[in-house]
Amino acid sequence: MNRRTILGLAGLAILDLLISLWVGQQAYSWMPPQASAESVLVDNLFSFMTTLGSFIFLGVIGTLLYAVLFQRAAKYDASDGPPIEGNLKLEVVWTAIPIVLVIWIGTVSYQTYDRMSILGPMESMAMGMPTAEAATVDSPEAEPAPINVYARQWAWEFHYPEQDIRSTELHLPVDQRARLLLSSEDVLHGFFVPAFRVKQDVVPGREIGFEFTPIREGRYRLRDSEYSGTYFAANQTNVVVESTEAYQQWLATAAAISPTPAQNVAYEEFNQEAQSTLDLGWKTVKPAPAPIVNYASSENDSHE
Amino acid sequence: MSNAPLELTPPNLQPQPGAPDNWRRFFSFSTDHKVIGIQYIVLAFIFFLFGGLLAMVMRGELITPDSDLVDRTVYNGLFTMHGTIMLFMWTFPMLNGLANYLVPLMIGARDMAFPRLNAAAFWLVPVFGVILIASFFVPGGPSQSGWWAYPPVSLQNPTGNLINGQSLWLLAVALSGISSIMGAVNIVTTIFRMRAPGMGWFKMPAFCWTVLSAQIIQLFGLPALTAGAVMLLLDLTVGTSFFEPSRGGDPVLYQHFFWFYSHPAVYVIILPIFGVFSEVFPVYARKPLFGYKVVAVSSLIITGLSGIVWVHHMFASGTPGWMRMLFMFSTMAISVPTGIKVFAWVATIWGGKLRLTTGMLFGLGGLSMFLFAGITGIMLASAPFDIHVNNTYFVVGHFHYVINGAVVMGFYAAIYHWFPKMTGRLYYEGLGKLHFALTFIGLNLNFLPMHPLGLQGMPRRVASYDPEFAFWNVLASLGAFLLGVSTLPFILNMISSWVRGEEAKDNPWRAIGLEWLVASPPPHENFEQIPVILSAPYGYGSDEPLTANDPTKELASELSES
Repeated sequence: MNRRTILGLAGLAILDLLISLWVGQQAYSWMPPQASAESVLVDNLFSFMTTLGSFIFLGVIGTLLYAVLFQRAAKYDASDGPPIEGNLKLEVVWTAIPIVLVIWIGTVSYQTYDRMSILGPMESMAMGMPTAEAATVDSPEAEPAPINVYARQWAWEFHYPEQDIRSTELHLPVDQRARLLLSSEDVLHGFFVPAFRVKQDVVPGREIGFEFTPIREGRYRLRDSEYSGTYFAANQTNVVVESTEAYQQWLATAAAISPTPAQNVAYEEFNQEAQSTLDLGWKTVKPAPAPIVNYASSENDSHE
Repeated sequence: MSNAPLELTPPNLQPQPGAPDNWRRFFSFSTDHKVIGIQYIVLAFIFFLFGGLLAMVMRGELITPDSDLVDRTVYNGLFTMHGTIMLFMWTFPMLNGLANYLVPLMIGARDMAFPRLNAAAFWLVPVFGVILIASFFVPGGPSQSGWWAYPPVSLQNPTGNLINGQSLWLLAVALSGISSIMGAVNIVTTIFRMRAPGMGWFKMPAFCWTVLSAQIIQLFGLPALTAGAVMLLLDLTVGTSFFEPSRGGDPVLYQHFFWFYSHPAVYVIILPIFGVFSEVFPVYARKPLFGYKVVAVSSLIITGLSGIVWVHHMFASGTPGWMRMLFMFSTMAISVPTGIKVFAWVATIWGGKLRLTTGMLFGLGGLSMFLFAGITGIMLASAPFDIHVNNTYFVVGHFHYVINGAVVMGFYAAIYHWFPKMTGRLYYEGLGKLHFALTFIGLNLNFLPMHPLGLQGMPRRVASYDPEFAFWNVLASLGAFLLGVSTLPFILNMISSWVRGEEAKDNPWRAIGLEWLVASPPPHENFEQIPVILSAPYGYGSDEPLTANDPTKELASELSES
């Protein structure tokens, strides 16, 4: 390789790097709002992986495109290309590159996961009743009891044990560690708040401790992320992150409201006439009745 | 060849090709591996069209946010059957078809090791295909629990009937497993025992290496899936409690059984397509496969690693943190042998004398789509990022770039490349290129928008969604309809070329390989004289002969005599 080739290749590599760094910065804008401490960590990781990924993608596709455009055989050229069967040095290099990249990405991912620590402290032993008992014995007095999250076909219900409030909307104070205890009464569900970048399957027969820290006030979507049957898509509600004062205010207001049935898409759809063009009358699991709660949210509530 | 020795063999000891040498043989219990290969491919493609039609109805539903085109139960049945058909009725049989047709020709064998077993394995495919389609017509409709059939949803059975969509689904999947195991035993034995004299392991074409690696996965993985399916069927029908939590079972245990096979199954699907890339690129770049031995061995390394990565499907499931971290690292390790292959293909193409036939275009398209899918795949291996996009459209986008981008494009590359060999006719390049352009645009329009949707938090398997997701969904739906249209020029090309295309020579691409030394289409039992192999494959640019003898010579002389 002469000097001009080396300089040319180095120039292309720098160009590739600059474009990749720019794409990596764009990656932040492809995500929902950053509403939790975890979301900042995950977005940094995603931006890092997008930068590396773009570098490799553009490098390989660029090489292929060059070959396709400029290394075509002439129409009547029936000769073969150079009989190069391999190159040990090159093969060692391109085995080493993915190994190094993988260890790099793996380490950054490990550190990210470690800093998120979204599974509750008891989760290494994690099975049903023993966990619940251990939690009551071990947790320090100052920590508030975790909010119970009940998933069912097809509704979300949140129970604040200290105030004995039930709600179909999850209210959380900003900048405080949110501690939840997830349980399901029927099938698998998934607790997923895109703005928080956290997700955990809710497994019937288990109580799973789950935690994260909201950092931005607002109204965000909570979706069922593990397929749960007929009305799976409709099984969503909102999470409201608010200041400590507003949160306390909400708790006080909600405690004063007497329980009423909340609006529930699945239950209402099941009980009304079919509206779709193609309904073959296939039988479905009957939705659980609308939850009876102190604070009932509506499907028409706004969210970000 | 004289007829005398044949009269000494008792009838039925040697399998007979069966029906006459015309189109009827494709509807018979033929034991000719080439007939069975084409039977597999054509039947699988018909199911591919049906699975695609279901997808287009789904995209019709998803073009608007509300659940309005089909009832939610119908939508859930559609995505369940779409996934099941595309995997069990399209990719597995299609790849078995390619392996059946090509492996004996490529290793210099007259047929597969067990020709009757081969035919029996094929004829199970229409049987479980009919069972699967029939489940649309039982009360309550087909299975609506997704192709994973996770309990407890898969155990709910709202109709209360013993014969229901879910039990038929489980029966079909179990039969599919049996058929695949029969195929795997046959293919592995054939590759081990029936290579032509002189064909050591490192003189065997890369496609055979990938098929061997893939079929070994079938042998160790399928028992786990079949066991899981049988336990689920018992839970569903006779009330055992393996996975039903209300009776003391563990639903997460099922996920381990399921993914222990179903993740490696992805490599069963992609490995032979890697083999197709390794065969196609050298021919149209006129260069040897770069680093052939490393490429060959990396297939087996992928097979080994594929068995220890399954929990990456369960990062958001009921799994402890240590398990998530362990499987994150093992999953990322797979990118090393895969990366080696990608770089080797690029180096094969680089500096060659490229000829962009339709087969080469699909090969290049498949490679680029696989590169993209591989990069999003490494992102998904990273547990903290996966926890955000797990079960969202990001995953759907990722695996459609693998399956539709790489596997379907690779399939088309294979079909265009070997079409002259299979039929003795040339296809129309113009129609082929139109097919390529429509497929490439359609699939990117369909599957690229799924990535931003997933990042924004749209879950997969939803019949309705929040209005903010509408924009990208409209694009994806238009892409899906275009992808549906793109199959028309292909079907037209294949049928008209086969019926009245220009006759192909034995080796129209001037390719190096045993299959190109015999007539197009190859005669029954392929080789008049078993070839003796002298050199490694892909000797482009060097003058070494591939074989010591010309396997067509005696046939040619016999033909001229008669």
